[in-house]
Amino acid sequence: MLEIISSRLLASKIRIHALRMVHQANSSHIGSCLSCADILAVLHTDILHVNPRHPQCAERDRLIFSKGHAAAALYAVLAEQGFFPLAELKTYCQNGARLTGHASHHVPGVEVSVGSLGHGLPLGCGKALAAKRQGASWSVFVVISDGELDEGSNWEAILFAPHHRLDNLIVVVDYNKIQSLGVVSETLELEPLAEKFRGFRWAVREIDGHDHNAIRNALQSVPWEPGKPSCLIAHTIKGKGVSFMENKLLWHYKAPDVAQLEEALRQIGSDT
Amino acid sequence: MRTAFIQELIRQARLHPEVFLVVGDLGFSVVESFRDEFPDRFLNVGVAEQNMTGVAAGLASEGYHVFTYSIADFPTLRCLEQIRNDVCYHNLAVTIVAVGGGVAYGTLGYSHHAVEDFAVMRALPNMTVVAPADPVEVRLVTGALVALKGPSYLRLGKTGESILHVMEPKWVFGRAMMLRAGGDVVLVSAGDAVTVALKVGELLEDKGVSAGVLSMVTVNPLDQESLVHAAETAKLVVVVESHGSRGGLSDAVARCISGCRAAVMFFTLDVDTYVRQGVCGSRKYLSEKYGLNPLYITEAIGDRLSALRGAVRIDT
Repeated sequence: MLEIISSRLLASKIRIHALRMVHQANSSHIGSCLSCADILAVLHTDILHVNPRHPQCAERDRLIFSKGHAAAALYAVLAEQGFFPLAELKTYCQNGARLTGHASHHVPGVEVSVGSLGHGLPLGCGKALAAKRQGASWSVFVVISDGELDEGSNWEAILFAPHHRLDNLIVVVDYNKIQSLGVVSETLELEPLAEKFRGFRWAVREIDGHDHNAIRNALQSVPWEPGKPSCLIAHTIKGKGVSFMENKLLWHYKAPDVAQLEEALRQIGSDT
Repeated sequence: MRTAFIQELIRQARLHPEVFLVVGDLGFSVVESFRDEFPDRFLNVGVAEQNMTGVAAGLASEGYHVFTYSIADFPTLRCLEQIRNDVCYHNLAVTIVAVGGGVAYGTLGYSHHAVEDFAVMRALPNMTVVAPADPVEVRLVTGALVALKGPSYLRLGKTGESILHVMEPKWVFGRAMMLRAGGDVVLVSAGDAVTVALKVGELLEDKGVSAGVLSMVTVNPLDQESLVHAAETAKLVVVVESHGSRGGLSDAVARCISGCRAAVMFFTLDVDTYVRQGVCGSRKYLSEKYGLNPLYITEAIGDRLSALRGAVRIDT
């Protein structure tokens, strides 16, 4: 039970930090941050073997956060886990800071710099292949967004991974159904997404992306099929946790003002 | 040149266990010897250059020095953002190898011609750009690129290139090599165009003009010292490259010697006209038709020398 509370608490902290960071920086993508907070929390409390004091230790699990525009959420979880001081979160998007608007590898705990969608999965394939060739036992987790799957570079990697039996590679799709100009189903329909991945010879599971037990159970039991990479389709809600942000395209772009921030924090806080 | 490359890569791989070769479903009858000797350090990703480069960057981030390999513009333009963001921005040990620089693939047409690669590659941060002129230079630069441990672009010819260095040259990375001594005119070139420059040098010599030829080897970093020396001692510096007129070796040289006393001429491929005309041809045919005809270049140099005050008179 302590573990469940721990990931729940961490997810709330991620949300609170992200809201404050996006407000202070007057930046975008809070909706994207809120949809993946639970995934990031469970990854860090229960799944990833990483050491905040030694972010580059050779045996660590690699987390490639390919939806780099949700950098605020990634920075928040890394700071909470002790990769760098919490106080540094205030410098998000500020002049002279290293916390750039899209995730940067100059920040301890961030594996690769991203920002242009579709780069993380091929990079993850390269790392997973390196582990296999070197006989290493660490895993590679790649978090991607639904809109990101429009990029063809992903599909080259999606063909590649099962061909090379990269069962140390796990993709988590933050499937919040909204992309940049509208909903996924009206922009470029991804359904049937699970069948697509299965057709490409991945092992696939679908869960509620805000159910910590479901996230935990799924990710603790990878690989689900020996010899196959795993794809966890996490059905999420853009803006999850803040009632007026949930499922709204606007919050892909807008930063909350003071009143909105206060209300959002109140809602998250009362949820903790 | 591609055979010399793979032979040297095999030699390097025997010495350096981090050397890894990733090909984009090309290299038939070239890469098999590497694959057979180092199956765990070879990968064919299929016709998927973006993944080729992303995977290469991933491998390099875990300690390998990866050579990606394809032809013409495929390993560069098709996956340029991966080179820019994944390789160069992270300063990873990835060497991008393109067989068939310039119009080496002749009759296969425009899709298979690399005539803007210098311009694009030299614009990238941390990117070393290398264009050896013959199999001897290929061997030298391949070892140097393994030692460099950062991003690099290696533009090769194809096959059938003459050996230009009869004796093993003394070479230091980043320095040009003088293939022919001469003081009135210095021809500056890189890659397969060096052969054109050498031909022009011979033709000028026949007409009493002392013409030197520099093979730059590295387009970035450019051997500024050798260039400035040439541009301060010769009357005329002439750049010859198998590349379009914008952004390549010509522009790099111009920027380097803009303050020097020598006059400068540039001979590049007229890609704009080539594209408009859509003509088919071998490497030799296309090169000569679209700007790299040694006879035409020699005549143009002669005219320029005549026009320069105190120029050496030549008979046409």
